[in-house]
This record gives sequence, C-alpha cells and structure tokens, in this order.
Amino acid sequence: MSNLFPDLESTQPPVVITDLHKSFGDNEVLKGINLTVSQGEVVCVIGPSGSGKSTLLRCVNLLENPTKGSIQLLGAEMTDPDVELNQVRAHVGMVFQSFNLFPNMTAIGNCIIGQRQVLKRSKAEAIEIAKKNLEMVGLSDRMDYVPAKLSGGQQQRVAIARALSMDPKVMLFDEPTAALDPELVGDVLAVMRDLAHAGMTMMVVTHEMSFARDVSDRTIFMDGGVIVEEGPSQDLITAPKERRTQIFLKRVLDPTHIEDSELGETEAD
Amino acid sequence: MSVLPYLKPTARKRLGRIGSYAIGLALILVVVAFADWPHIQKVFFNPSVAMKMWPAILIVALKNTLIYTVSSFVLGSLLAVLLAVLKLAGGPLGWAASAFIELFRGIPALLTIYAAAYVLPIAFGFQLPGEGPGAGIVALTIVTGAYAAEIVRAGIQAVAPGQAEAARSLGLSSGQTMFWVVLPQAMRIVIPPMTNEFVMLLKDTSLLYIAGFTVIQKELTTFGQDAVSTTGNATPIVMVAISYLVVTLPLTYLVGLLEKKLDPKR
Repeated sequence: MSNLFPDLESTQPPVVITDLHKSFGDNEVLKGINLTVSQGEVVCVIGPSGSGKSTLLRCVNLLENPTKGSIQLLGAEMTDPDVELNQVRAHVGMVFQSFNLFPNMTAIGNCIIGQRQVLKRSKAEAIEIAKKNLEMVGLSDRMDYVPAKLSGGQQQRVAIARALSMDPKVMLFDEPTAALDPELVGDVLAVMRDLAHAGMTMMVVTHEMSFARDVSDRTIFMDGGVIVEEGPSQDLITAPKERRTQIFLKRVLDPTHIEDSELGETEAD
Repeated sequence: MSVLPYLKPTARKRLGRIGSYAIGLALILVVVAFADWPHIQKVFFNPSVAMKMWPAILIVALKNTLIYTVSSFVLGSLLAVLLAVLKLAGGPLGWAASAFIELFRGIPALLTIYAAAYVLPIAFGFQLPGEGPGAGIVALTIVTGAYAAEIVRAGIQAVAPGQAEAARSLGLSSGQTMFWVVLPQAMRIVIPPMTNEFVMLLKDTSLLYIAGFTVIQKELTTFGQDAVSTTGNATPIVMVAISYLVVTLPLTYLVGLLEKKLDPKR
C-alpha cells in the first residue's frame, strides 16, 4: 500500500492544481486557480464567504467535479476518468465543517470502517490503529460513544481521528472549527497544530487567522473565484499587499472598527 | 343563557362536547334497550360456531396469512431496496426500475396475482413453484417491492448528503457507501411508512384467493368466507376480524419499541 505512489516522496508535490475552473450552472465559482502544495507544507486558504475557497478544497479530492483544468493529487490526475478515485481518496483525509460522522456507528466504529472496507486491514489491526488515533486526539475515554453523545468539538476530533486512521499523505480541512462553540475551537486547533508540527501536508480552509498566521507555512487569500494574494502566512496576515486582502483582514481581525470610507471603497472595487 | 355571549371559545367547545357525549350516550341506551340481543348473539357471537372453527382458524388460517404476509414483505423489501438504488443510480437500469415501479403501482394487486397464477402458465407454459400460494407470494412481493421502492428512495434521499461525502472521501466506493453508511440510516427513517406497508400487505393477502387454495392453504378471509357459507352464521367474520386485529394492534406497539432502539441518540 505504501508503494502505491512510489515517486511521491522524492519528486512530485502532493497537490498540483493547474488552471482550475468550476461552474455551477452559469455561476463560475472558480476562475482559473493555480496552486501547488509541497510535501509537508501547511497551506491555509482564507477569504470572504462565496469566494470559492471551500469549492477549491472539495475539487482537490473530486467531491466536486471541475469544469476545466487539472488536479494532480499524490501523482494521480484526478480529472482523468480512468483514474480509480477511491484509491487516491483513501490516502487523502478530509475533515468537514459539519463533522459528518456516521451516526449509526460509535466513535471507534467511525475510525474502523474505512480501514476495513478500503484498506482491507484485519479487524485487530484496524482497532489498534483507531485506538491510537483516538488517543492522539484526546478521546480514548469516548471510543464507544455514538456521535450524538459527543460535543461538537469531540465529534470534530473523532472526524480527524477517522481521517488519520487511513494513514493519509495529505489532509484537507474545510472550515473545521466554523460550526463549533467558541470554547471548543481550541481543542480542535490544538490537534491540527500537532499534526502540522508532525509534518503532515495540509490544506486548511479557515477563518481562524491566528491559526493561519502561527501554524501554516503559506496563506492564500481568495476572492471572487481567484487567488488575489498568497505568501508566507506571517507576511500575508500582518502586512498584506493587496487592497482587497487588507480590507478583508481588517474586517476579520477588527470587526468593530470598520470605517465608512473603507466600505465605500470596497463597493467601488 | 344570558352568560353565553361572554363565554370563551374553549368554554363553548367544552359545553358542546358535553352535549354531544349526552346525545351519543342516549343513542347507545336506545340501541341497547331495543336491540334483539339474543338474535345478535346467535348470529355474530355464536359459541358453537366458534368452537367448530377452533383451532383451524389459528393453526391454518392465521398461520397461512402470516406466512404469506411475512414472506412477501421480506422479499418485497429486498426488491424495494434494489429498485430504489437502481432508480437513484439512473441510466437504462434506473429507467427500467422506474417503469417497473410505475407499472405495478398503477395496476390492481388482484390483476398482478391473477397474472402470476394464470397468465404465466397460459402464455409461457411456466408454472411458478408452490401452486396458488407460491404464485400469490411472488405477485405480492412484486406489488410490495413497487410500493416500498418509493418509500426506500425517499428514505435514502433523506440521509444528509454530507454522510455520503464523508464516506467517499475515505475512499469507499458508491456501493460500499450505500451499504455501510446510507442504507442503515435510511432504514430508521423508513420504519414508520414500512409498518404501514406491512399492515396493507397483511390485508392484501385476502386477495390471494384468486390464485386458488387447497383446504390447508387458506388464509383468514377465505377461511372465514367458507365458514360463513357452511354454517350460515356471521360469527366466523367476527372471529376473522379479531384475528387480523390481534396481529396489527400489537405491531404498532412493537414498532414503536424498535424505533426507540434504533434511535442514534439512545
């Protein structure tokens, strides 16, 4: 299994997106995205709602079918109809805003199903790996709970453990803390930070600017279906160059101090 | 009476309800007083007629009704899942599934039973196994499958789309996603309408007489009809009605328990 993508570690970056377009009917949500994520890199995608950042992430493992362009994921061309998507997806973890745990299974059951059905691991091995990952996210005492008995933050950590149990080479996070009560956000971000420090390749769509600034290597600001600005996270968030990025960050970081003149200028953009 | 205009609507309703109870009670008293009770008892609740039906009504008629119902329901439910999945998948097979569903929902169950029992042998010289009941169960399986397919389809579509997305992102195939994630959740949603389907099917087994029964193959309604014509008494009909209720009334309760058991918030 580990040899499925033999040239991965050495040569090719795990995610290479080229001229990606995505339309829903007449509405073009992505207007030509070019993006490469290197091995071990943590990339945050920020931007106003409707900017296309979630759609971009969902295109990476083809939960959304791109209208045009190319997505190379772990060396596989995802838009090629002959590529067995399930084999690639098995090595790419995804965490959703609304957790999407399977309510008909316990926490550990959620972490086992993919290992058993897709990776064909033995039951004992799957349980061992699931336990290890649930322990890592701090939920070893909640393994036999069904999702409905867990808090939002606990559910999201189970969802991360579920993804990690597949031994992913890339992790995709789609606004993982947006549906959480504020006091539960920290636990989830802490798990993600540990993961980043352990060298996981990550793409994170988020509104958590402090996480982007402190944990990620690079941040991408999207608006209107295009990448407006990208750069090292520290630089982009503390000293953005583009006007649109400056206005967005000012609004997010300091929501009570929006000046009327700025509002006017945004409209004029 | 002068207080009436100042009464609240709820108070008026209460007065009205008391009035209607009084009228109903009076009617019952009149019926009880003037009805020919010995005659009613002789025709509808005749112990000697009832004794003659015992125990055949239980070990033949009710047993057969349950066998026909349960086997058609189990096979029909499996067919329904197949039809629903095919229909949702689309393509030529989905189109065929839709046509099948529309056909057998659109024609009377009696016609389907008749076709299975007589048209098949006449047209193709092909006799379904199990004589009349065998053909009848096949026909009721098809009818139940067609009706329940729409129930199952609605149940599948009621499962949150994020569930399938999470499963697919783990690398599960569409078939694995359906089997392990979507269908188990859809099953809980379809329990109440499927219970309804079961009750309808239980009553529809009374249509199987058209497929032809030997004496030991009779179900409740046929059994009751025969008993009425041989005894010239209506007691068998009452007993048959009670036999159906003995099945349907506890069922509602048991299904309530099952629903609670399958609740993910348990």
